[in-house]
Amino acid sequence: MSAVDPVSGQPPAPWYRPVSLADALSARARWRKDIVAIAGCTDLMVGWNAGARRLPPVLDLSALAELRSIEAGPDSVTIGATASCASIARHPVIAGRLPMLVASARQTGSVAIQNRATLGGNIMNASPAADNPPVLLAYGARLTLASVRGIRTIDYASFHAGYKRTLAEGDELLVSVTVPFPAERVTAYYRKVGTRRAQAISKIAMAALIERDDGAGPAVVRNASFGFASVGPVPLPAPSLSRSLRGLPLSGIDRAQVERALAADLAPLDDIRSTAAYRRSVAVNLVLAAIDAAREAAPRG
Amino acid sequence: MIPAPDLAFTLNGRTVSTVDGSIGAPSMRLLDLLRLHAGQTGTKEGCGEGECGACAVLVDGELVNSCLVPVGQLHGCTVTSIEGLPRVDPLVTAFARAGAAQCGICTPGMVLAARALLDRVPQPTLDDVREALAGNLCRCTGYARIYTAVLDAATDAGPGKAGGR
Repeated sequence: MSAVDPVSGQPPAPWYRPVSLADALSARARWRKDIVAIAGCTDLMVGWNAGARRLPPVLDLSALAELRSIEAGPDSVTIGATASCASIARHPVIAGRLPMLVASARQTGSVAIQNRATLGGNIMNASPAADNPPVLLAYGARLTLASVRGIRTIDYASFHAGYKRTLAEGDELLVSVTVPFPAERVTAYYRKVGTRRAQAISKIAMAALIERDDGAGPAVVRNASFGFASVGPVPLPAPSLSRSLRGLPLSGIDRAQVERALAADLAPLDDIRSTAAYRRSVAVNLVLAAIDAAREAAPRG
Repeated sequence: MIPAPDLAFTLNGRTVSTVDGSIGAPSMRLLDLLRLHAGQTGTKEGCGEGECGACAVLVDGELVNSCLVPVGQLHGCTVTSIEGLPRVDPLVTAFARAGAAQCGICTPGMVLAARALLDRVPQPTLDDVREALAGNLCRCTGYARIYTAVLDAATDAGPGKAGGR
C-alpha cells in the first residue's frame, strides 16, 4: 500500500492482521513488544487522536474469530480476549451466573464503546481505573496466555506487576479469561463511582462477592473476595479485608474494622478525578454496602 | 514487516477499497475516510476521543464511534453513515416533528444511535432510549425532544413493522 495518511502525511504504519492465532503468535514472537496488539482500539485511538497521529507497528487481532468466542462450561465461562463488552453483557449464561460482569461491561463507556471495547484490551491496557478488572478479581478469574512456546494460565489477581506493567512475557498474547461461577449463597455487589452515570472514568469502583454460611446461628461470612479500581497503581484485590472478614457474623462488622483492613490493601492517590481521602472513605462505604446487601439476603437477616 | 493487505468494504451501498485508492493507510480513521475521501460529511467530528458520539456510524449494524475505528479493521464490513439511511426514514421524520434538532452537530450520531436501538429493541422504554443515547452528547436540546422523537418513531413503526425501513 503506497497511500499516505491524509492527516499526518506519514506513510502507512506497518499493519499486520493475521487470520489465524498461530500466525499472530509467530508475529508476536518475532517482534515482541515492538508490535502493539490491538483489537477494539477504543483506548489506542484516543492517543492517536490526541496528537500522535500515527500508530506504532500494529498486530491487529480483530480478524481472529477464535479470540471472540464465549464458551460456557458447567463450572465457568471462558471469554475470548477480543469478545466485546456488548457481547459479554448480552450473553445469557453470563447474565444468569455472573451479574457483576454484565454490570461492569455495561458501564464500560457508552454503547458505541461497548460494541468495540474488548475484555482483553481492558486487562492488557492495564489501567488502574479499568472497569472490568474489579469484577474479575472478585470472581477469581484466571487468564490464559499463549505464545509459540505454548499456553499457560495465571491467576488474574497476580497478573498486574505495577503501574501499566503485567506478567505477560514479550512473546505472549492474552487469549482468554476464565471466570468460575460462584458458590451458592453468595451476594455479588458492584458499584462504579464516577462524576456521572454514563461514560465517566471511575473515581473508585468496587466488586464484592460475599459467601455466607447460614448455620444454626446468625449468618457469618464464609468467604469474601473483592476487587477495586482507581485506588492504587493497579486493579487491586483486598486480601487483608478478605482475611479479616472470614468467619465474622454479617451483622457484627463495624466501620473501623473495615477501615483498618482496607488501609493495608489500598494505596489511593490524589489525582485529577478525586482525592485519596475521598477514595478511602468511599471504599469503606462500598464494602459496608456490600455487607449490608449480603445480610439482607441471608434467611435470618 | 509484512505489508498490510488490500482491503475493501461497503460504505452506504458502494464498495470502497485500497485498490481504487479511496482508502489510504490502515490506521486512517474511518471518520477521515468518510469526510475527507468519501465526501460523506454528514458524520461530524466532536471530541475525537469517543466521548461525544457526533461521529457515530453503524458497522455491520452496530453503533461505533468512527473517530476510534482504523479503516484497516473494516475489511468485508458494511458501514452505514447518516447518508446511508433511506431518504424517508421514520426516525428522521420523528426528529423533525419533535423539534429534536437545534444546531445539528449531534443529530446524525443521535439518529444512528436510535436506529441501532430500534433495530435491536423495536419498542424501547424511555430507560432503553436513555441508555442507548448516553454516549451521544447534545448541548442544545436538553434531550427531552430527542427521547420523544425516538419513542415516536418506535410507535410509528408499530409492532410487527418495527425495524423495517
